[in-house]
Amino acid sequence: MLKRLCIAAVAAAFAMAPLPGLAQSKKDSVVMGMTLEPPGLDPTNAAAAAIAEVTLYNIYETLTKINEDGSVSPLLAESWQASPDLTTYTFKLRKGVKFHNGEPFDSAAVKFSYERNAAPTSTNKDKSLYQAFESVTAPDAETVVVKLKYSEPNLPFLIGQASGSIVEPKSAPTDVTQPVGTGPYTLSAWAKGSSITLAKWPEYRNAAAIKLSKVTIRFIGDPAAQVAALLSGDVDAFPRVAAARSLAQFKADPRFTVLVGGSKAKTIVGINERKKPLDDVRVRRAILAAIDRKAMIDGAVDGFGTPIGSFYVPGSLGYVDTTGINPYDPEKAKKLLAEAGVKTPLELSLKLPPPPYARQGGEILAAQLAKIGITAKIENVEWAQWLSQVFAGNGPHNFDLTIVSHVEPFDLVKITEPDYYLGYNNEAFNALYKQIMSTPDEAGRAKLLGDAQRMLATDAVAGFLFQPQWITITSKKLKGVWKEVPQFENDFSAWSWE
Amino acid sequence: MSVFLLRRILTLVATLFAASLIIFLVLDALPGNAAQMLMGADASPDAVRALTVKLGLDQPLTVRYLLWIKGMVSGDLGNSYVYGTPVAGLIAERLVLTIPLAIMAMAITVVLALTAGIYTAANHNKAGDVGVMSLTQVGIALPNFWFAILLILLFSVKLQLLSAGGFAGWDDGIWPGIKSLLLPAISLAVVQAAILARVTRSAVLEVLREDFVRTARAKGLGKREVLWRHVLRNAMIPVMTVMGLQFANLLAGTIVIENVFYLPGLGRLIFQSIANRDLIVVRNCVMLLAAMVVIVNFVVDVLYAFIDPRIKVANL
Repeated sequence: MLKRLCIAAVAAAFAMAPLPGLAQSKKDSVVMGMTLEPPGLDPTNAAAAAIAEVTLYNIYETLTKINEDGSVSPLLAESWQASPDLTTYTFKLRKGVKFHNGEPFDSAAVKFSYERNAAPTSTNKDKSLYQAFESVTAPDAETVVVKLKYSEPNLPFLIGQASGSIVEPKSAPTDVTQPVGTGPYTLSAWAKGSSITLAKWPEYRNAAAIKLSKVTIRFIGDPAAQVAALLSGDVDAFPRVAAARSLAQFKADPRFTVLVGGSKAKTIVGINERKKPLDDVRVRRAILAAIDRKAMIDGAVDGFGTPIGSFYVPGSLGYVDTTGINPYDPEKAKKLLAEAGVKTPLELSLKLPPPPYARQGGEILAAQLAKIGITAKIENVEWAQWLSQVFAGNGPHNFDLTIVSHVEPFDLVKITEPDYYLGYNNEAFNALYKQIMSTPDEAGRAKLLGDAQRMLATDAVAGFLFQPQWITITSKKLKGVWKEVPQFENDFSAWSWE
Repeated sequence: MSVFLLRRILTLVATLFAASLIIFLVLDALPGNAAQMLMGADASPDAVRALTVKLGLDQPLTVRYLLWIKGMVSGDLGNSYVYGTPVAGLIAERLVLTIPLAIMAMAITVVLALTAGIYTAANHNKAGDVGVMSLTQVGIALPNFWFAILLILLFSVKLQLLSAGGFAGWDDGIWPGIKSLLLPAISLAVVQAAILARVTRSAVLEVLREDFVRTARAKGLGKREVLWRHVLRNAMIPVMTVMGLQFANLLAGTIVIENVFYLPGLGRLIFQSIANRDLIVVRNCVMLLAAMVVIVNFVVDVLYAFIDPRIKVANL
């Protein structure tokens, strides 16, 4: 009886046709996989990177567009001009642009969006940037003048991020669930926990250039499920996929393209400089000398990382290689500890957030530190705990060591903030940073940026480990998917089927 | 009957009230703050403060508890901190998947387990019994997520017959929905069926040893007739107890399978909400699960009385 039943069940399963809607048959739609689901669709009031991955340049647009190589080009602004001291920017807006709800896009919408980001009730991730705007004025419908309280050479880049999305004033309060932007796509369906579907907006100013009429984004968190979804053809593309260990299989399979790209992220061992003996630069240098970055990259991220020596990544303006300043040298590390008068074994807490790079990297770090007489007590914490105990500016900064990846591009400014979790607070560095920001010419800025990187490396402000690389796997016939990841986004307007 | 029912219902309400209090207090003691979590590592502290006030997290504990109870009674569960949409809607969207999945898995479990259990008991110590019982051992030992991955490799990657995951929904009719739940239901059912088969077998065997069975055989009833008419009904009490527990477990405990098949079920909603500190969602989900478990047990209790009227009398 049992046997008959089993046979019947298997036969029934075999008899079924595949699910409809598997994308490969249709050439104007695509199914993309994504690890996390966005908590809403308004990137101006919440920080999750997943929001940007769905909405940026697709539903919403910004004045400027950040390209694959990190350069900035016009989007809603046709051109812009900076004052010589880099405190005032004048943007000329594109004409004839409309929002999805038919309202015209003009300087009033820009002014509204930027002032909303700076409002006291604002929950914008880059609120401090918009609060540093002394004024946003709209002399006419096509011109916006932004006046800053300080020099900001990176402004065109910074406002090209999702937090600078231009929203339509009347619909802004409901953007979380019913987003209204100026982009080539509109939200067509959102099955919470499962998928989001974007549909091409026929009235887009350049609709003919948009090849995909429908994009379905499926949320698949589990690494094994991500691999299975690609292999079975359920998804056509999976940016930032957790498939490092199955990569050989995908590379060997003619159905797939594997892209490995750099990021602007920095994975570091955070050292709490508010605590003794970590306030002693010799102890921090000892910790750095104990770290074998190569072993760390192999173990923590399966080899997908580029070593870095400071809080800055290759490919950015003025990058210098500082990995040689505190090289791997366990013998020197022991000497430095002895010099600092530290009694070994020294016990330090090591708080690890959930991602595999931190948990696996933490094991390796503990083993490497053990060799120089430091006992790292590993404590695994959830993100919520990590944020409140380790990171929060107004929190207790209750940790000795941690491992974390900072994904924000150009965030040297964080190091200058007095309540930052690392607690570096060096007047010389803060002064240098101010000088960088007020230097208008690029060559001069590049030189000073080099000095800043060397200072961070010499002072061993943190255990700077690596710049992570992201893996994107797509169907071989899908074109236009970015390899490099200067920020978290997916530009569907560039995607097309061969 | 009514006194029996009334007593059960009063216990049910008291249990739910106690559960609400415990759930609220435990979740409140959880370290980490929803506003900070939502805003992420790079948000400005000012923005985090603004969000705390917006979510009402600055209010005192008792006020928040009473507001919650009031909301539950009036049917308004509030808005999710993360999605900003009504919690009731979020949960309903998940139940559309979780309840059919639990029912499908339970149906497969019951069919497999009762067949195997009765077959092995009837053929006690014969080759068929030993064979099927060893299979159930394997079934219990199998981690269901691993079995699920094997099913995906065979049916999705190799044969490309079924989707590797995802839920098609019920909008295009019943069939696509059932098809997308088939592999998950089978993965869930295998372990549960193995357990239930063993319970069924030992329950049936126990009843087979009773005096009345010998009497029935002695008065000339056939083996088959005794088994189906007299033994099974008496053996059902322990089987139903386990079935009730298993069904409750299938409603809440399918998170691993939901992850493997990336299904938007209730288990994953709770898991994600805990990680996001979306406590308003966690609270209501856990409350719902507590209610479902209590209700399933209530139904099982009532069914006991239906199967064995002596229980009803004893409870008066």
